[in-house]
Amino acid sequence: MIPSSYYLILSAVLFAIGVIGVLVRRNAIVIFMCIEMMLSAVNLTLIAASHYLNSLDGVMMVFFVMTVAAAEAAVGLAIFVLLFRGRKTIKADEINLLKW
Amino acid sequence: MELAFFVILAVIAVIAAAGVVLSKKAATSALFLLLNFCTLAGLYILLNAQFIAVAQVIIYAGAVVVLFLFVVMLLSPGQEEGQDRKPYAKIFAVFLAVLMLVEAGYVVFTGVLGGTPGQYTPEKIAEVGNVQAIGQVLFTDFLLPFELASILLLVGIVGAVVLAKREL
Repeated sequence: MIPSSYYLILSAVLFAIGVIGVLVRRNAIVIFMCIEMMLSAVNLTLIAASHYLNSLDGVMMVFFVMTVAAAEAAVGLAIFVLLFRGRKTIKADEINLLKW
Repeated sequence: MELAFFVILAVIAVIAAAGVVLSKKAATSALFLLLNFCTLAGLYILLNAQFIAVAQVIIYAGAVVVLFLFVVMLLSPGQEEGQDRKPYAKIFAVFLAVLMLVEAGYVVFTGVLGGTPGQYTPEKIAEVGNVQAIGQVLFTDFLLPFELASILLLVGIVGAVVLAKREL
């Protein structure tokens, strides 16, 4: 039986790599990919907890997190397409109209 | 045996995650993300969540990553990643992430995975099968979130189409 801490540490590592990606990359699409990776790491935590506690609540939460993540990916990428049409760039540093 | 599978899948998942962050081109990042999602599906099978593993491959690897690849191909084939952020910003980001990782590690190793254990042991789930067990819980205890999720998907579809149309 694999100890539960292995899965939780793996999920924390994946989440941390996602955080680094969000903070370091400048291409807005890659930032969004790293956000999806963070969501997926949290899914791993929920499923591990659900397995080690003999419950299906974690599995249900993952079901809904996947639904929300898919809807968010669709709308977010539509926003990127619109942004590119307007600003002709997707580098996060150059989309700075709200900067004062 | 299980441990061997876990170690292989975990190492591939971490390497793929590093590949997402470190690759020069956005398309390579999308392919590493695909690898990451597929190894996570393997880990879900180890955790006796076969339905979620297949759903992960279908939804995440099959729809979300394809969507990302479409948008990457449409929007930025030629843009070089060029000047990255300044080195001090990268070091600070890595430091913050390592700090968060140390915090999470401390909590995991000195805490207890608490909470009252439920009744759905793997044997009980294996009696009716994973899909039926999830369906039974979904349509009785989680009916309201299920209906709200369907409305959310409808809003997402309409929103994506309205946002990306040339003229309404």
